[in-house]
Amino acid sequence: MSNPLVDMEKPDVIFCIGTNMTECHPVAATRIKRAIAKGAKLIVADPRKIPLAEMADLYLPLRVGSDAALLLGMAHVIAREGLADEEFMAARTTEQAEFLEHVAEYPPEWAESISGVDAKLIEEAAKWYGAADRGAIYYTLGITEHICGVDNVQSLCNLALMTGNIGREGTGINPMRGQNNIQGAGDCGALPNNYAGFQPVTDPANQAKFAAVYGRETDLELGPTKVQALDMCGDRIRAMLIDGENTVVTDPDRKHCEHALKSLDALVVIDIFLTETAALADVVLPATAWAETDGVCANTERRVQRLRKAVDPPGQARPDWWILNELARRMGFDGFEFESAKEIFNELCSLSPIYAGLDWDRIEHGEYQWPVPEEGHPGTPILHQEEFVNGRGIFQMITYRDPAETIDHEYPVWLTTGRRLASYHTRTQTGRSEGIDYLLPEETLEVNPGDVADWGLEHGGWAKLSSPRGSVQIKVEATDRSPRGTVFASFSFNNVPVNFLTGGGYDPVTDTAELKVCPVRVEPV
Amino acid sequence: MTDQNLDFSITLDGEKVAVRRGETIYEVAERHRKEIPTLCYDPRLEPFGACRLCIVELEGARNPVASCTTRAEAGMKITTRSARVEMHRRVLMEMVASENRDLDVPVESGYASQEMATLIDRYDARSGRFIGEKSGASRPDDPNPFILRDYENCISCYRCVRVCAEQEGDYAISIMNRGFETQITTEFGGHLKESACTFCGQCIQTCPTGALGDLKSLARKDIPGETESTRTICPYCGVGCSVDIQTRGDQIVGILPAMDGPANEGALCVKGQFAFDFVGHPDRLKDPLVRGEDGELHPTDWDTALDRAADGLRGAMDEHGRHAIYGVASGRAPHEAAYMMQRLIRAGLGTNQIDNCSRA
Repeated sequence: MSNPLVDMEKPDVIFCIGTNMTECHPVAATRIKRAIAKGAKLIVADPRKIPLAEMADLYLPLRVGSDAALLLGMAHVIAREGLADEEFMAARTTEQAEFLEHVAEYPPEWAESISGVDAKLIEEAAKWYGAADRGAIYYTLGITEHICGVDNVQSLCNLALMTGNIGREGTGINPMRGQNNIQGAGDCGALPNNYAGFQPVTDPANQAKFAAVYGRETDLELGPTKVQALDMCGDRIRAMLIDGENTVVTDPDRKHCEHALKSLDALVVIDIFLTETAALADVVLPATAWAETDGVCANTERRVQRLRKAVDPPGQARPDWWILNELARRMGFDGFEFESAKEIFNELCSLSPIYAGLDWDRIEHGEYQWPVPEEGHPGTPILHQEEFVNGRGIFQMITYRDPAETIDHEYPVWLTTGRRLASYHTRTQTGRSEGIDYLLPEETLEVNPGDVADWGLEHGGWAKLSSPRGSVQIKVEATDRSPRGTVFASFSFNNVPVNFLTGGGYDPVTDTAELKVCPVRVEPV
Repeated sequence: MTDQNLDFSITLDGEKVAVRRGETIYEVAERHRKEIPTLCYDPRLEPFGACRLCIVELEGARNPVASCTTRAEAGMKITTRSARVEMHRRVLMEMVASENRDLDVPVESGYASQEMATLIDRYDARSGRFIGEKSGASRPDDPNPFILRDYENCISCYRCVRVCAEQEGDYAISIMNRGFETQITTEFGGHLKESACTFCGQCIQTCPTGALGDLKSLARKDIPGETESTRTICPYCGVGCSVDIQTRGDQIVGILPAMDGPANEGALCVKGQFAFDFVGHPDRLKDPLVRGEDGELHPTDWDTALDRAADGLRGAMDEHGRHAIYGVASGRAPHEAAYMMQRLIRAGLGTNQIDNCSRA
């Protein structure tokens, strides 16, 4: 997030797109509810009539995968109505003239023809956001899990740049991160393109800096992403070490994923349960869980906070860092003599410019949001205040692209996937916590009541859901949350493995899977 | 606080103190560590003025005023404790005590559950002078596994109603009838699951009497030992809510929201509040496992498992080169896990064949 969570109570116009926040980030959503109570206007763009859409002053029910078109239409209106912030664009951005020319090509009527959202609603949304004193954008995987995920994010950046809604209190571009330490995994350099602190591996200066501490040079070439690596399994990739990810249930195209992992010479999995992925491993190493581990995590607003041990782990379980340190030693690698989480975190801080002002003791109370470039620095709750990291904000000339697969005669229904309030990911944790089953005992396919009737389905009955990659059986729930022609299911329940169906395409830049769009056929069983 | 931020002064228990415009008498007094009793007050909510316990003497006013709803004004002379207000407070507490079935509730009920009992003892209010009508009908019929609804212990402070509306924005809890007939309820008077309730647990944590209680924690109240509290961060989404894990021995007995948590300021959701018992679940992996010649995974010791794992990885590397190994770090484990995973790949193998689970 460019802005802190407390800022969610400060905008006068809030634009939520592709985020089911009341279910996936419920505590952050309480701040939006408070902002609404104080008079903020809420615009929600989502294919489904999610709870946030019910609260919205303006709801834009777009067709799955059409975000870039909707956002182009909004940019067109903002430019046409003279709502662009000329002063901000002149002072802080480049390519603005070209961008204004570019968006002139895409009136809201065009956006309506792609997205299905009434041009008048698109105009209204653009005018509200464009005229806002403090306009803030919030998004989640509904924006990124597309073949055009990067385009979607850049389209949102374009809107913020053209209206000057960035670098100030109560504004910004705010992705809500989904896992307790997914921000931290990136911060720590668990990425194929960056060392810790997002320092590119392609820069020889970074190579030298890390080689001085790590004792050997790392390739200047980017590594493959995990998606590419799964494609290489059994070929270039012969062994995998997976920590705490239930890959076969969370990843798209499950058949392909299982096949990839089974084709390895060696698979080592570190986890707290024998997940569907761990069950495929040659060696499974038991890790300590949350509440059993001292460590550090970073949240969606870049806040660096301490995790503390409260209970002893079961049996022989050990912290992940200890397991990895031992494994490295036994593989014959030098320099793996770490004896505590503190020692490891302090090495990370010494190598990462955004953590340079932090160490284990300084983060005791969790008041720092990175970057914290030196000791004594108060941290950076709001990014991009004076200038952007690269100097000026660059407008991107985004165009609309269809999803990798679109509906046709054989697969005439849009399936979109996501999460639900009471369950978390593949239910390894919530599925083993008493009481959660009372709220959410099973997975269902959300289908519009009109489609239930037209397709010969029954509320509470069973349907077969098929894509070119497979099919699953799932119970039908008739609900107005789904628009006509679009159905929804989560991937949480292993007995309804929806990810056998997904995996039609990937974003060409990030390799993020198009989990939000999958044409399917729905038949009664 | 520096003097520039302060707008005027009042006299508080004979001492001149500075006040910010808009502050209530209660807030000023709280800042100066005066112990004014309250039951309907939660600092996160709009002042309500229902319990009247926070009354103070205001010079020039005929009757004591409620400090939580009265804004401080320049020149006010306030006495937070006098024989008269203490007598009023005692009578009020005796009346409160007469209304409820139980005065003492387990501490496991919730964060604020001891507030009433503490004040009853402070004001020596177990006199039994009043035989009160008991208000509120409990809902033992509600089968939800998280929230106890024991309204026979309800004093109608409306903190649950207000926290649900003001703090959580769910408006799931409402009020029916008045006086002794007052009933905290939900739309259509059904079970919580059929209402707008999201089971965030905020009503439990603000309830000052234990009428609303944490059923999961109450089920663990007989686990022996001293209760210890450990501050950490919730294990679910990326919001990073601070929680205080309550433990006895090696068992988690409940979760309390951290009111001073920077990301959540006391708020939690159903997962953070209630989905903690995966930690001690019997399914947890207790031993390293290695696949035997029979094709099954078998428990073993660390030395055996680590050597097997290292041999497997090393073998792939020796045969196919250092680019034959790939590491996937977790978005759920701490920094140190992700950092060590990439360190093993980069410092050990010299490659960038490392990613985390953020692309799917």
